[in-house]
Amino acid sequence: MSLVFAGVCSHGPGITGRADRADATVRDALYASFDRLRSALEASRPDVLIVVAAEHFANFFMDNMPAFCMGMSDTYVGPIEDPQWLGIPRVEIPGNAALSLQLIESVMTDIDLAYAQEWKFDHGIMVPLHFLTPEYTLPIIPVNINCQGPPLTPLTRCYDFGRALRRACEERAERIAIIGTGGISHWPATPDSGKINEQWDREFLNHFVNNRRDALVAYTDEEIYREAGQGGFEIRTFVAIAGATEHSRGEIWFYEPIPIFAVGATIAVMSIS
Amino acid sequence: MSLYYVQKLLYQINRDEYALARFNENFDSFLAEYRLTEEEILALRNADIGLLYVMGVNGQILMHFAAMSSFAWDAYLDAMREGIRKHGPVRAGLYATVWS
Repeated sequence: MSLVFAGVCSHGPGITGRADRADATVRDALYASFDRLRSALEASRPDVLIVVAAEHFANFFMDNMPAFCMGMSDTYVGPIEDPQWLGIPRVEIPGNAALSLQLIESVMTDIDLAYAQEWKFDHGIMVPLHFLTPEYTLPIIPVNINCQGPPLTPLTRCYDFGRALRRACEERAERIAIIGTGGISHWPATPDSGKINEQWDREFLNHFVNNRRDALVAYTDEEIYREAGQGGFEIRTFVAIAGATEHSRGEIWFYEPIPIFAVGATIAVMSIS
Repeated sequence: MSLYYVQKLLYQINRDEYALARFNENFDSFLAEYRLTEEEILALRNADIGLLYVMGVNGQILMHFAAMSSFAWDAYLDAMREGIRKHGPVRAGLYATVWS
């Protein structure tokens, strides 16, 4: 059946860890949009959810940093952070090692992809899962794109990775959903935490939902760092989802700068054509 | 200046309870396994978040060390700002990047 659902969402740890400090009206609207995303995901009846994430030095360090990595385990754990700090209890999360292996073998014909049989999920995956599969019953296949430490994965390769992942999904009988998760502009965990470039975000999101490949891959790292902060490097996850949904368009369900969450909180979906 | 090893040490105690226990209980012997300067050892011993930030430790690594050192979120942000006031701009790493 292949790909049945595609979307993107934010994953800032403040979304759960500092929830009590946000304006309640805005926070509740974001949570309602996450609920809508979960309902749409569930309605697509996925057998597995691929989460394309930007992990933050929880499993991958500068001693061996892959440009792309996919998990290949039947079980994962998370969060790696202090559960109280993140506001999410530590749990086991089911995976699907056999399907991971098949997807990895297929993607590797186009993209050099590392694999990991051990993976401790950080907030980059746990915050989305907290909302999208709160009972942790849906098998997860994690993907990481290096969005943290230069040299960063080129945006053109991220789009190509999305294409390869889509092709690999099309070869499978399983119903596969995919979520990209990252920030747009933000300066997380720095003295500028809470700064958000809303204009830049909205322009990027417009390119994303219209799947303008050339515009999406034209951003330079210098421009992103200057206009969108180091957190902006995480647009790589959105670009991968655009590649996986090439020729399709999408819809923004939620965008609102929420400084205490250190991000312009975003939820969007792409159609599957 | 051995930013790589400061960050590697913090990465390891962030994700490994055994490494964290050794950091807390056998600080000197644990740190001897890394190539660190006296300034770096002192910053780690004192959980000097401001100085570690100015040295160039990535915030995605540093914020967890700050949390385990009992810094609340606002105190963590203030400590980095104070570090810049006290020690000057970030010296190395991503936040000191000059793009060519």
